[in-house]
Amino acid sequence: MTGGTIFALAGVALIGVGLYRLAVSAGMVRRLVAVNVMSAGVGSVLIASAYRGPDLAPDAVPQAFVLTGIVVIVAMTAVGLVIVRRIDEAEGDGDG
Amino acid sequence: MTGFDPLIVFDLVLAIGIVWMGWASLAARDAFGMVVAFMAFGILVALAWVRLGAPDVALAEAAVGAGVTGALLLRTVAGLRRPEPAETAGPALKAAAAAASLTVAGIVAWALLGTPEAGGYDALVAENLAESGVSNPVTAVLLNFRAYDTLLEVVVLAAALMAAAMVGARQEYAHEGLGPLFAPFARLIVPLAFVVAAHLLWLGSSRPGGAFQAGAVLAAGLIVLLLGRVWRPGAGQAAPLRWLALGGLMIFAGAACLSFALTGGLLQYPAGADLIWIVAIESALTVSIGVVLAALFHGGLPKGGEG
Repeated sequence: MTGGTIFALAGVALIGVGLYRLAVSAGMVRRLVAVNVMSAGVGSVLIASAYRGPDLAPDAVPQAFVLTGIVVIVAMTAVGLVIVRRIDEAEGDGDG
Repeated sequence: MTGFDPLIVFDLVLAIGIVWMGWASLAARDAFGMVVAFMAFGILVALAWVRLGAPDVALAEAAVGAGVTGALLLRTVAGLRRPEPAETAGPALKAAAAAASLTVAGIVAWALLGTPEAGGYDALVAENLAESGVSNPVTAVLLNFRAYDTLLEVVVLAAALMAAAMVGARQEYAHEGLGPLFAPFARLIVPLAFVVAAHLLWLGSSRPGGAFQAGAVLAAGLIVLLLGRVWRPGAGQAAPLRWLALGGLMIFAGAACLSFALTGGLLQYPAGADLIWIVAIESALTVSIGVVLAALFHGGLPKGGEG
């Protein structure tokens, strides 16, 4: 078992954990965090697949994909959180 | 290949720690605990990615995934008037969710372990690295070989900013002053953030670093100024801020058009001048990413201004 396999399996576990929590959580912020955990899992799987062992240079293309993914997920999270704040505001106004 | 690599033990403990921290974050009782655990989780994930030879991505995960996302989450959680509802799922839903997530994880694991080793893009990247103008292969992929991916990624950030502006949530933060320790902290951390951002930007061409990592660190400095209300973006700053936020995208898109006119290939830079093009685009991107992330924290750019 190499470092690559270990972290790839950890990434798989994170996808599972995030998916489960996404399904059972009622809070909107918690669901966004669950999607972020899944995203870290997908990133770990990709980074692990780019790993070629301690002495070889890793594959730069999957690494660039993950970098792109990190920026996309933070943009998505930011928009999601603005919507959460807006819903909270609207509900707060509703019952005075 | 002789004997047992003691670092495997470290990797195993780290991998278990990551999964446990991810679970602990999502299972935390209160929202604040969830966010703090999520930030710790992001740092552990970054550490794992360093172990996997991906320091560029690890930097981005630590700065954006743990740092900026954590700040966004904390700011939202602190400002909510009604706390998040507790978990309400019944046993049937829990069982179904567990079955679904186990199935998905199982399929991914099976696909991962069952796929034969393939070469990947290593050879292609290594072959063309000398032509890319930079010696960091990740930067070469991001800003040269697959620069159009990065261009569209910057479009996603701009779209997020516009969406945030359209939703139009309130912009003030819920806290009662930051106390006497804030000013000394800000005097130390804000200039440091700007210097680190410039350093990361410059490092990007040859060593781990680049526009996204630098932009995130820049955003962190700006967020400190916003939190302390040292910087209050008003209507008067709306126009320059809009230019700063969208300038990176405009320059990147302009470079795409110009390179197309010069070489006939979209984002195919003129031979020999790659480094200049990449550094120019990355510098503009760093400023824009920093401003956009800080604006997303703030809840959008200030409205009004003379356009």
